[in-house]
Amino acid sequence: MDYLLTEEQQMIKDLCRQISKEKIVPVAAEYDEKAEFPWDMVKVFAESDICGVYIAEEFGGMGGGVLEMAIAAEELSWGCGGISLAFAATGLGTFPILLYGNQEQKAKYLPQIASGKKLAAFCITEAEAGSDAGGIRTTAEKDGDHYILNGTKQWITNGGEAEIYTVIAMTNRSKGPRGASAFIVDKDTPGVSFGKKENKLGIRASATREVIFTDCRVPKENLLGREGLGFIVAMKTFDHSRPGVAAQALGIAQRALDEAVKYSHERKQFGASISSFQGIQFMLADMAIAVEASRAMIYSAARMIDSGAKNVAKISAMCKTFASDTAMKVTTDAVQIFGGYGYMKEYPVEKLMRDAKITQIYEGTNQIQRGVIASALIKEGLAKK
Amino acid sequence: MKIIVLIKQVPDTIDVKIDPVTNTLKREGVESVINPFDMYAIEEALRVKEKLVDAEVVVLSMGPPQAEDALRTAISMGCDKGILVSDRKFAGSDTWATSYTLSQAIKKIGDFGLVFCGKQASDGDTAQVGPGVSVHLDVPQVTYVKKIESIDAAGARVERMTEEGYDIVETPLPVLLTVVKEINEPRLPSLKGKMRAKKAEIPVWTAEDLNCLEDKIGLDGSPTRVVKIFTPPARKGGEILEGEAPETAKKLAGFIKKAIIG
Repeated sequence: MDYLLTEEQQMIKDLCRQISKEKIVPVAAEYDEKAEFPWDMVKVFAESDICGVYIAEEFGGMGGGVLEMAIAAEELSWGCGGISLAFAATGLGTFPILLYGNQEQKAKYLPQIASGKKLAAFCITEAEAGSDAGGIRTTAEKDGDHYILNGTKQWITNGGEAEIYTVIAMTNRSKGPRGASAFIVDKDTPGVSFGKKENKLGIRASATREVIFTDCRVPKENLLGREGLGFIVAMKTFDHSRPGVAAQALGIAQRALDEAVKYSHERKQFGASISSFQGIQFMLADMAIAVEASRAMIYSAARMIDSGAKNVAKISAMCKTFASDTAMKVTTDAVQIFGGYGYMKEYPVEKLMRDAKITQIYEGTNQIQRGVIASALIKEGLAKK
Repeated sequence: MKIIVLIKQVPDTIDVKIDPVTNTLKREGVESVINPFDMYAIEEALRVKEKLVDAEVVVLSMGPPQAEDALRTAISMGCDKGILVSDRKFAGSDTWATSYTLSQAIKKIGDFGLVFCGKQASDGDTAQVGPGVSVHLDVPQVTYVKKIESIDAAGARVERMTEEGYDIVETPLPVLLTVVKEINEPRLPSLKGKMRAKKAEIPVWTAEDLNCLEDKIGLDGSPTRVVKIFTPPARKGGEILEGEAPETAKKLAGFIKKAIIG
């Protein structure tokens, strides 16, 4: 399909696929096995100018938006859904600054992210608050020119590796979600520490850790927007970042499809390639339909968001849900087509299946996404009356 | 100072097929790439540029008009300029005529301190053009360079790979170096580089632009002639010994004895 990408978008796509093929694929299994953070790959992203594709040129980026971010995430995830997260989760941590940062905050933090010198991370989830962002316990207490942060954030992607953290904390707990605020916290701020690295099913090259704030004094200049805006910052951030998760899922699914097509051609049974059997053909066709539909929806959603449209929560949630459910289905089918070999670690598809699962869970489970979609539908329905 | 890299566009060797009837390379559907060894030359030139002040990397290729793509790829990696040497009169050049023509282009560029080449091209495999250029330019050459230990505006100290190990060679500049793959790992292009490459103007220099002597270029200037190109017969598969180890070991020993003693 021709998605009428601009020359620049096509360059991003080609270059990220080249990075995947030449740099990521040869090392992906080893990173998965060792669960190490892929700093040498981050260096490759930085040298190739990938880190800033969604950041404005005045801050050292390439001037793109959500679509450019999604294209890069898709192609890097084709190589490895875990390694690509060093880039994509930095995007999640950066959107609060892009969307709500003032000129000083942008000028201070964005160039470091665009150049790939620093990674970012977004901290909202806690033991008692994930999908229910209103249950956040981390507090930020005003003290003169500072806020004092206390609390523990859980399952933070890029945790411990990133230098820049955007954190949602309660400045006024009595107000519930309206008492939340968003802050930028530098890693080297006294009072920032990290819990153990989680041992995960998939995306094992990505680091997931607790981020702990203990009497952590953050200058008031680091407040994003104003007090009480934290929940809105988080929701708007997710509206912009979910196409990125969807694109990660898409890259994983496309790889599974590519591997399945190749293998089914090579594998001979009953004297013929298994790709000549209708049972396999129909599976491949269904996989391809779902993958292309994911891509079409993600690119459309990203374009709509980049156009500045309001009320993008629904389409953003839709593309994330559809692409991640597709990735789970397609990778499972790829393992099925590979048969016993698919279950073995010597072949690439079992990892794709493990990596795909997280995309149905994080940045809001697909059940939460459906809730978002349904409430938008109902709201639209009422407005039409 | 200018650092010049000589590159050649070649068919991608990952998927080369020979037409069994005509014995020529099947070019349809075969992608063209920069000769893999030249990628190391580009990378090393860029690394030297990063070390020296006021250095500029000029990449030079002799070939048909489509070789412009190879020059753009080199620019996307960080080379400053690309120049294509192309003229119908150059058709049929052997390594002698090619190295003469390239040396004329290098003289036209002028002010060069270093000329980098890959150790050989993956299609012709002669490894003659680099050394030939150095002779035409009358500058020293060091082939099979696997490391540049030190370099400044006056000279360089390099390691030349040999079968047993390596030689350390000190040379004044200007010098021509051909490099082996052990020297570095070529970088990928960058987005900014790709955009610059897209817009870059690539001048095309002809025989006239280079003041080439007519009897030194193209087929007429080439002392060698290709008499015949053929595909060597495919090697027959070896014999695999099967069975219990003591028995197969005995058979194997028999083969070795026969091979050595006859």
